[in-house]
Amino acid sequence: MSHHRLVKAAMVAGFAFLWLPILLLVIYAFSADRIPFQWGGFSLRWFQALAANERLVESALLSLRVAAGAATLAVLLGGAAGWALARFGPFRGRALFGALIGAPLVLPEVVTGLSLLLLFVALDALTGWPAGRGATTVLLAHATLGAAFVAVVVQARLAESDRSLEEAAMDLGATPFTAFRTVTLPLIAPALAAGWLLAFTLSLDDVVIASFVSGPAGTTLPMALFSMLRLGLTPEVNALGAVVVIAVGGMLALAALLLRPRRG
Amino acid sequence: MRGRLLLLAPAWGWLLLFVAAPAAILAAIALAESDPGVPPFRLALSATGFATLTEDTYYLDALLTALRVAATTAALCLLIAYPMAMGIARAAPRRRVILLALLMLPFWTGFLLRVGAWIGLLRDEGWINGMLQAAGLTDAPLTLLYTEGAMIAGMVHAYLPFAVLPLFAAFLRLDPSLGEAAADLGARPAIAFLTVTLPVTAPAAAAAFLLVFIPAAGEYVIPELMGPPEAQLVGRVLWQEFFQNRDWPVAAALALALLVLLLVPIRLFQRLEART
Repeated sequence: MSHHRLVKAAMVAGFAFLWLPILLLVIYAFSADRIPFQWGGFSLRWFQALAANERLVESALLSLRVAAGAATLAVLLGGAAGWALARFGPFRGRALFGALIGAPLVLPEVVTGLSLLLLFVALDALTGWPAGRGATTVLLAHATLGAAFVAVVVQARLAESDRSLEEAAMDLGATPFTAFRTVTLPLIAPALAAGWLLAFTLSLDDVVIASFVSGPAGTTLPMALFSMLRLGLTPEVNALGAVVVIAVGGMLALAALLLRPRRG
Repeated sequence: MRGRLLLLAPAWGWLLLFVAAPAAILAAIALAESDPGVPPFRLALSATGFATLTEDTYYLDALLTALRVAATTAALCLLIAYPMAMGIARAAPRRRVILLALLMLPFWTGFLLRVGAWIGLLRDEGWINGMLQAAGLTDAPLTLLYTEGAMIAGMVHAYLPFAVLPLFAAFLRLDPSLGEAAADLGARPAIAFLTVTLPVTAPAAAAAFLLVFIPAAGEYVIPELMGPPEAQLVGRVLWQEFFQNRDWPVAAALALALLVLLLVPIRLFQRLEART
């Protein structure tokens, strides 16, 4: 079957294209050479340089805090929105509600970033809140973006299952709150977890929206990296890449190990 | 029922404040007049921002260049993603999980780090030029970075996983007995592919194309870090108008123009999504 082999070869080529730059980035993180992507013998000096780079470390810590806060808010908002869209039937304003929650999914980042910045400027001028821009405004923007994704995931999860489950619980005398807690919540818990992770990743990865809505006090890791890359590559970028790839790969391997179906 | 709708009040409030209001403000500022003060506009019904867009072909060129680069990126992504998705869907379940993890892991490693990797490969003193010179193939470094090719390679790399996912789902749903039936009826593999597989997966291919095209049309970071200085895509021009020229009405008008151009692709994408 030659066409099977052709598909396989094309797939391998695709993965090579995807992975080669990343693998080289990680490998050369261990090179002593001052010029990135040139081999100068094995060394961990750039990891030390990375740890000593206060600007990067501080921005990374800020990014992690912002991403965790934004993802949590996104899960609350997006979870409620996805639940409503899947279960509340044709409530008043449903079409507008669906369009508003989904808008950040399809808007170009520059448009989302610009329009949110204009909002924060107007709000600050009218009400004095949020006073100036920084971590808070980035968090609010990222929560809005993340909520759109969480809503989609939760809605898809609920669409797979029958609403009669909740109705049966209520027929058996459960209050709507108990039905939600004992039936709906366990049903959407995996979607909420996946949505949180997605919102967290999106926040950690975003440079465009953050650059628009942030201020001098709120430099996130992607913003710091972006200004570094603008000036030119340094081996610290390789070291950071290695840290991230190894951390994410390790977590993925750990998850696979824990979720592995047990035999016997 | 009333209680449940009350639960939605916070979500409504959030969406009206952080999605609807910004859109309205964007439109208002697109219609405002530039002003040297702080903030740099004066509310008015003047549309000077839009007038500026039509006065100079610079802005129209920026929009068209962005659409062309986005279409090229999306087409290349589709070309690479199609066999990848087919191969992943055909793999045995255990291996499929590993392949999907390999597909999504680059997405989790951070977009800017991947751009950094490409810069390291393509720079004058980068990896590719080092290898070429070590092999004696070139004497002087080739200019690879800050070219349109570099920009498109970076964008294809960034968006490729998004193109694979809808296609993968379509191949997974594809009933293998369809292909077998075609083969039983005497169709050669190429004919079976053209008459069965390709038409059945076409909507997913269109969705994959649009899933890349829509965000790529507004792309700012990769053209800025990897593209030639003359590649003035709309995302870059909008950024410069806002941050360097401080012309907020023109930036807002440009954002609205981009949105209008993307309206048809967005609607098309939503309809394809609803169908699958």
